[in-house]
Amino acid sequence: MGWFFLILWPLLGIRADGLFFAQTFSIWIKVVAACAIVLVLAQLHRAGRLEWVSRPVQALGSKVQAAYAVSPKWLLATIMLALAVAYPFLTSRYGQDVAINVLVYICLGLGLNIVVGLCGLLDLGYIAFYGVGAYTYALLSIHYDFSFWLSLPAAGVLAAAAGCIIGYPTLRMRGDYLAIVTLGFGEIVRLILNNWMSLTNGPNGILGIKAPGAWVPDFARGLSLEHVWLTRPKELYFVILGLAVFTILAVYRLNYSRIGRAWEAIREDETAAELMGVNTFLLKLLSYAMGAVFGGLAGAFFAAKMRFVSPESFTFLESAMVLAMVVLGGLGSIPGVILGVLALIALPEVFREFEMYRMLVFGGAMTLMMVVKPRGLWPAKRFGKRSEEE
Amino acid sequence: MATLALNDISVQFGGLQALSEVTFTLHPGSIMGLIGPNGAGKTTVFNVITGVYRTSGGSATYDGASILGRRPHEVLAMGVARTFQNIRLFQNMSALENVMVAQHCRTKAKVLAAVLRSPAQRREEARIREKALEALEFMGLGDKAYEVASNLPYGLQRRLEISRALASEPSTILLDEPAAGLNPAESYGLMESIRRITTRGVNVLMVEHDMKVVMGVCDAIVVLDHGVKISEGKPEEIQRDPAVIEAYLGN
Repeated sequence: MGWFFLILWPLLGIRADGLFFAQTFSIWIKVVAACAIVLVLAQLHRAGRLEWVSRPVQALGSKVQAAYAVSPKWLLATIMLALAVAYPFLTSRYGQDVAINVLVYICLGLGLNIVVGLCGLLDLGYIAFYGVGAYTYALLSIHYDFSFWLSLPAAGVLAAAAGCIIGYPTLRMRGDYLAIVTLGFGEIVRLILNNWMSLTNGPNGILGIKAPGAWVPDFARGLSLEHVWLTRPKELYFVILGLAVFTILAVYRLNYSRIGRAWEAIREDETAAELMGVNTFLLKLLSYAMGAVFGGLAGAFFAAKMRFVSPESFTFLESAMVLAMVVLGGLGSIPGVILGVLALIALPEVFREFEMYRMLVFGGAMTLMMVVKPRGLWPAKRFGKRSEEE
Repeated sequence: MATLALNDISVQFGGLQALSEVTFTLHPGSIMGLIGPNGAGKTTVFNVITGVYRTSGGSATYDGASILGRRPHEVLAMGVARTFQNIRLFQNMSALENVMVAQHCRTKAKVLAAVLRSPAQRREEARIREKALEALEFMGLGDKAYEVASNLPYGLQRRLEISRALASEPSTILLDEPAAGLNPAESYGLMESIRRITTRGVNVLMVEHDMKVVMGVCDAIVVLDHGVKISEGKPEEIQRDPAVIEAYLGN
């Protein structure tokens, strides 16, 4: 605890409006108390004194798992979808905003999951594709007045093209080298957005992007259709829900196809995959491009929702966050990535009361997670009838 | 069935001459053994054939077409599959998935077809499964289809590698020390399997140190020493060849 104290004491005393070292002890007491409780619980658990709690919990867990295994997939999917559709009617504007955020990151996380989880390529510049998608819609919207729905495929295609451009020179590298080069390319994209004043308006960003439009039947005037702009969170929620469902379905189906198997083979042993007939270069490029597509779609939505884009939204920290979601949730696992996103977006919202110590709790929770469940919250199923799942 | 012909193949790593002017021909329907002391260049021959190494001289043809300068996945598509000396399975994938990967080069469903689950893609997936299960069954792994590869015992992992190679529908299969680490009973079973492979219309070229296996199944043997072919012939001829005895035992 000594070193922890040494590190934390000065950190906790620094605030925007001055130094408050005297107050840090009040925080410290809480940290120490929390650690002590965790330690006592861990010791009790090790000594077997907590069986009266852990046994029923375990029994419940295995029952839930058994029920999950028995119940048909479509039923679970329908229930989940019904809950997702009902959600905005039961929550406030704030809740809807958080949910939109969660869904955007689900798209991003699942896109990155193709590259990192399935193909095993560490990509530290993934957010660049999010940026490409966002700027594609932003520019098409303000210069050419393109509708959101038309720009969506354009954003996907351009992001895929960016993925190929970045992937072509970098994918000859493996492992750590690839990670560093992707980090560099991510920054290059951000710097281009930041400095190409004539196209992107630089750090000032682009204002006046149109929201997604929709035609709704207007019953008051007979059966005519009325054009509305989807600007309220409740409406935007359904747009991104559709995108997220499409992403989940597409990634799932890709995973259980010959392409997904080839990606996983590359992750497991690239040389063996090549020798077993997988064109590894082409498939790695494809994984990059496919990951970029979903990032680009999410980016277009982001631009439509904020109606403003600036390079600040596409920093390395964002890439790191998305990667953390994928790793925390479980590499290669779709439910895992969704859980990871919930853990990193929704939980910090729950802990808003901690305010400035939020990041401390966040870091601690992540460290604990990686110690307790190193393969993620919901590890990818790698056994049983995995390839038979429909 | 096709003929694999190597003609004066040389490979150089810096100053080391790994292979010098090796020539041999694998005829359709035969099982050929490639033997020699450690470091003789046996695995190098495999790496040349499968496109992993570049040659510094010579030519190699398969079914009349040149096989050199092609990427490994193209060589597999031509019909030459291989296994590895140190097992290289896709460890975290099930046995069935391992074998299904081998069908990659024989199928062609694209991204869009996979996302939309088009009827053609579904048919193709069904055929991949069928072929993969058949290949597993052939090597006696039918009941292990859903086991994770890394959980299989060593002997079965070797068999799984062979069924993965067979699932790519090859006409020639290169086995790199298939009996390494197997007990006598397992080796015997393996010999049976290798003989049965030829009944599928697949030629076999194998590197092996276990002489009982080599002499038991091979129709012809090529002996390498320090990258040079020192002998070639039927098993009984090889056993009597003084050059071979010298290479193995010294004089």
